Amino acid sequence: MRTTGRFSWFYFSSPQSFYPLAGALQPWFAGLAAILCAVGLYISFLVAPTDAQQGEAYRIIFIHVPAAWMSMFLYLVMGFWSGVGLVLNTRLSSMVATALAPTGALFTFIALWTGALWGKPTWGTWWVWDARLTSELILLFLYIGFMALQAAIDDQRRSDKAGAVLALVGVINIPIIYFSVKWWSTLHQGASVSMTGAPTMAKTMLLGMLIMALGFWMYSIAATLARVRCVILERERQTDWVAAEIGRQS
Amino acid sequence: MIRALGWVLRRDLLLAFRRRGDVVNALVFFVIVVSLFPLGVGPEASQLRNMAPGVLWVAALLACMLSLARLFAPDHQDGTLEQMLLAGEPLVVLVLGKVISHWLMSGLPLVLMAPLLGLQFDLPADSLAVLCVSLLIGTPVLSLIGSVGAALTLGVRGSGVLVSLLVLPLYVPVLIFGAGSVVATANGTGAEAHLLLLGGFLALSLVLAPWATAAALRIAME
Amino acid sequence: MLEALQLECTRGERRLFTGLSFALSRGQLLRVAGANGSGKTSLLRIMCGLLAPSAGELRWCGKSIRSEREEYSRNLLFVGHLNALKDDLTAVENLQVAAALGGKPADVGRMLAALDCFGVAHCAELPAKVLSQGQRRRVALARLALAPTAPLWILDEPFAALDVAAVVELERLLASHLASGGMVVLTTHQEVAVVAHAVLRVDLDQQTAALLAA
Repeated sequence: MRTTGRFSWFYFSSPQSFYPLAGALQPWFAGLAAILCAVGLYISFLVAPTDAQQGEAYRIIFIHVPAAWMSMFLYLVMGFWSGVGLVLNTRLSSMVATALAPTGALFTFIALWTGALWGKPTWGTWWVWDARLTSELILLFLYIGFMALQAAIDDQRRSDKAGAVLALVGVINIPIIYFSVKWWSTLHQGASVSMTGAPTMAKTMLLGMLIMALGFWMYSIAATLARVRCVILERERQTDWVAAEIGRQS
Repeated sequence: MIRALGWVLRRDLLLAFRRRGDVVNALVFFVIVVSLFPLGVGPEASQLRNMAPGVLWVAALLACMLSLARLFAPDHQDGTLEQMLLAGEPLVVLVLGKVISHWLMSGLPLVLMAPLLGLQFDLPADSLAVLCVSLLIGTPVLSLIGSVGAALTLGVRGSGVLVSLLVLPLYVPVLIFGAGSVVATANGTGAEAHLLLLGGFLALSLVLAPWATAAALRIAME
Repeated sequence: MLEALQLECTRGERRLFTGLSFALSRGQLLRVAGANGSGKTSLLRIMCGLLAPSAGELRWCGKSIRSEREEYSRNLLFVGHLNALKDDLTAVENLQVAAALGGKPADVGRMLAALDCFGVAHCAELPAKVLSQGQRRRVALARLALAPTAPLWILDEPFAALDVAAVVELERLLASHLASGGMVVLTTHQEVAVVAHAVLRVDLDQQTAALLAA
């Protein structure tokens, strides 16, 4: 509800108002993402020194670690927004949570793939059951579970709320799962086969990783904004403004 | 409140007693799955002894998970779940009653059966004892976490497989520490830490899971 | 005692009804009418508190039912389409569970008396799965004959699948409940002469809530 003459953040909590805002912001975030990722990749592949033990192959860490960070971060954000949607009964929060899930799953998948690509030249195997990779695998299952549950339920409100309960249960469980897997890994694995033991961080390496992480973050925001717009159009298709919008675009 | 919990428990146990087949089926599933592993990997004794904790725990996990289909779905179909939501008692209490009866019918038989199967894998006596204790503490956690998944997928198409997808990742910590306790006993490092952690999981899930399940049931019944 | 204020219900993408308001007092019966699919069952579920209205509020004795859900549920007795009987339990056992969950005494004597009201006392020790549809419906309705009873009865098509004797008995129960100050909300396709001080009618086809004098 708009209070004329006064700016209120709640103005943007209705899908109708958020839609143009998301459309306006999205190109900026996409641009930032492109710049940051370019800088990050430059640092990773050209500036950071070669590692004594692992050679050039270690450079994949600059994608692997930021992707893993983002996958965990996005799950928390998804849990937060679905929780807001559950408690405050706002439709847009749930739409944002639904839009976040595929991007989160994508980063989890990237983390797993880059982990495999790192493992092969370094230790000769495509898969290593270390703490991070195993946690990422379970996180991927959690994301897939969330998306599968929402897809299976036809009623929109029920789908949002059920997804929210699942996401919140997941948020509570993620630290427990991570701790359990880490414990399991240190017990069963020798210290030699570990991706969590990254090469000692030179300053440039850390900078590279942080910039890549920021770049991924900007990308996530851009992708989520674009996806939320699609979700809004789909869910609100019965309303007049969407009909007008679709008429305008076609 | 206790009276209502008692009645829910009594009702479910009575129903399970009259349909003994369902309970026995889950137990037979457990036995069959455990027996498949030696058939798959070969009968070499030391290998089986190493595998036993993991195999027994995974089979218990799967058996528990399969029995989740009987937790809320039948009540949902005949309308008794609706009446439970409308009882003047807190839904959390009624849910706890149902989960307790589910554990008594699905989890406890596994605990009692496990030593026999452990013998098939040539586990020593102290490992068997720890296995039983770990299952005794761990299977209620499986029922509690599973009840959240069962409530979320109530009446949803493909709910059988979907429940597994939702619930199995959440079972991982219980599996790690449950099987780990038996491995630790075999190694001589002692299982106290594992069992304490399992106890911690039990306490945490006793507090949080019925609440989440009640919320999920209300969402499902809307 | 039961007030509805501007209730709106949207299921999926269909808006079933909007702006529905009425007030139900002691001794009154509310009949919800409307064609199939007009939202009668949804309205009843909203009144039970199972479903949240997409807009509007429902109040019991001045307080929103959302805030006092358990208290409201204790004052409510709902018999819906489904009979809420477990197939493997006998009629008496089913009734005992229903009574106990409603906070009422669950001794066998009372259950038998309630079953006897609807003429199914002879089914008392039979598991529900061997009973006919009509007998099951009567066992389900026997809950209404259990004392002490809740003030608000919400019934979804209670007269469906009943024979003449059972219809008469149900009418008698409804009348005595209303006479002793209870409230009834029901949907029915049958024209049954139920005596009440005042009859409210909500017609979902036209979304009118009208007070019809008896």
